[in-house]
Amino acid sequence: MTRLSIETTELTKVYGTGEAAVHALRSVALQIQRGEFVAVMGPSGSGKSTLMNIIGCLDRPTSGSYVLDGEDVSQLSKDMLADVRNRQIGFVFQSYNLLPRMSAAKNVMLPLLYSRNGHLSDRECYERAIAVLESVGLGDRVHHRPSELSGGQQQRVAIARALANYPSIILADEPTGNLDSASGEEIMELLGQLHKQGTTIVMVTHDFKSAEHAERIIHLLDGRIVSDELNGAESVREKSR
Amino acid sequence: MSFGRTLKVAWEGLTLNKVRSVLTMLGVIIGVAAVIVMLAVSSGAEAEIADQINALGPNLVMVMPSFSRGGLGGGQGGPPGLSYDDIEAIAHDVTGINGVAAEQTTIQTVSGGGTTLESISIVGTTAGLPEVREYAVAEGRFLSEEDNARTNRVAVLGYSVAQELFADQSPVGQKIKIGSTQFTVIGVMKEKGVVGTTDYDGRVYIPITVLFKKYTSSRLGGDKVRLAYVSAESKDTMDSVMSQLTTLLSQRHDVDPAAPDFNLMTQDSIIDTAASTTETFRDLLAWVAAVSLLVGGIGIMNIMLVSVTERTREIGLRQALGARPRDVQLQFLLEAVTLSLAGGLVGVLLGVGGSRLFNAVGSMRTELVPASIPLAFVAAAAVGIFFGYYPATKAAQLDPIEALRRE
Repeated sequence: MTRLSIETTELTKVYGTGEAAVHALRSVALQIQRGEFVAVMGPSGSGKSTLMNIIGCLDRPTSGSYVLDGEDVSQLSKDMLADVRNRQIGFVFQSYNLLPRMSAAKNVMLPLLYSRNGHLSDRECYERAIAVLESVGLGDRVHHRPSELSGGQQQRVAIARALANYPSIILADEPTGNLDSASGEEIMELLGQLHKQGTTIVMVTHDFKSAEHAERIIHLLDGRIVSDELNGAESVREKSR
Repeated sequence: MSFGRTLKVAWEGLTLNKVRSVLTMLGVIIGVAAVIVMLAVSSGAEAEIADQINALGPNLVMVMPSFSRGGLGGGQGGPPGLSYDDIEAIAHDVTGINGVAAEQTTIQTVSGGGTTLESISIVGTTAGLPEVREYAVAEGRFLSEEDNARTNRVAVLGYSVAQELFADQSPVGQKIKIGSTQFTVIGVMKEKGVVGTTDYDGRVYIPITVLFKKYTSSRLGGDKVRLAYVSAESKDTMDSVMSQLTTLLSQRHDVDPAAPDFNLMTQDSIIDTAASTTETFRDLLAWVAAVSLLVGGIGIMNIMLVSVTERTREIGLRQALGARPRDVQLQFLLEAVTLSLAGGLVGVLLGVGGSRLFNAVGSMRTELVPASIPLAFVAAAAVGIFFGYYPATKAAQLDPIEALRRE
């Protein structure tokens, strides 16, 4: 099996047609190795949300291919994309997106309930949720509802939820955007820790301080990658050479 | 996601907003309860009518003059109706009968034993009445054929009339005045109560020939009988009795048997007529119930649409976490069906309870139609699926990116 986690070739996304067509992505070629921690930066309208949506299998490219863990997922059906999201992708959102009426454990169990292979019993789901919550340092908060947790804790629950199905990649969209700097720093440290344990992380951020935690930073502008460098200014392409 | 887990999610969705769920269910509850109660009421009414008609007496044929041909004074030039002779001819010539009784009624003031009663039904009749109507004498005797032949001024009192006039005294042998004519009381009937609209106990029975002579004018057709009862020996002889009556009366009236100047009615034919009336009544009630169930369904659809809009973000999140469109669709469809089935269940309980209550309170006779319970239940489920489908499909078709962005 390839060591590549994500490989896109000629990835193009066009919204609308004719005069009104908006080219959100123009022939984006991107390779992300397993275990990498990549930050995607760029002004709004640069296409980074579109790129994240396609990488997250929430959207399909207009043309070009997207290979995730050796499987071309660029033209899968909605049902199959849902399955790929469930198995291989863990989402972390800026606004956590926890279901307010459910305990932390139940929120973390959600992706397990939609799992179609390796079906777990209710008990196994619950035990997995507890284990994952413990791994993000919330072992004593499993029965708390989101409203009873601080912002940083809520984001930890969200990260636990993203980890629950042992995905290939974690996609984090501005994970510190709603947090104060101390909590944000804690979250970034948690992500850094996960990275050290071998998790592939792709993170969209505006915040240079957060981006500092990544080992590689990609800048997008007008639907193109304008720079792709290792943290510390060394070019990725040079490194791979 | 498995069906069981989806059901659990749907249930959790409903408990998010309990008041709203209960209010939404109320539409279905009322609809289902209405279906059950209304069917019970109409079948109760049907049974009540059948009972009353059966209480007329067994295997009864009613003979009535037909007013459709020529009306009053039409036909043979004389007033329509059956003559007393017709009744006697029936009694002598028709085989397979227990008896014949004619009835003609007038309203008079009755006084006796120091009491005066206004507006009492005076029934002129023949000797066959007690047998034909299963109406027994308590004391003394009933009118005889001789009383009619000789126009004897004798009277038999209904139970409550006897009570009111003579209280604890025996009325037999006493004199009473009906209008301005004096009668001798020869008997008192047993208590029978009210059958249909007729209060048997509040009537006084006299020979029909006396009634013709004293209280009605022959010039106005007052000597014609408007109603005669013929009691067949058994159900088996009914058909034979009917055809004999048709032949005999046609001959006597000199009319075509195919277009007679009289009508023969049996209990069955009256029940049929009554049944067609109650069927119309029942259909009407069923429609009212169906409409209320429909309104309940629209309520479910309305709330489900609101719920889908409110929970757009949740739907987007579930999709991001791996829910397929069909998972989302099933979740919302199950919410709608759960609402309608729970409503159906409560509605059934309420309907059954309501029907029983009506019966117990005695205001209305109701008979539960057993089939109405599964019927109402299936209708409720169908309403849930039908009205839940559109909102559920709408939820399933949401774009996860759009849905997640929604506030």
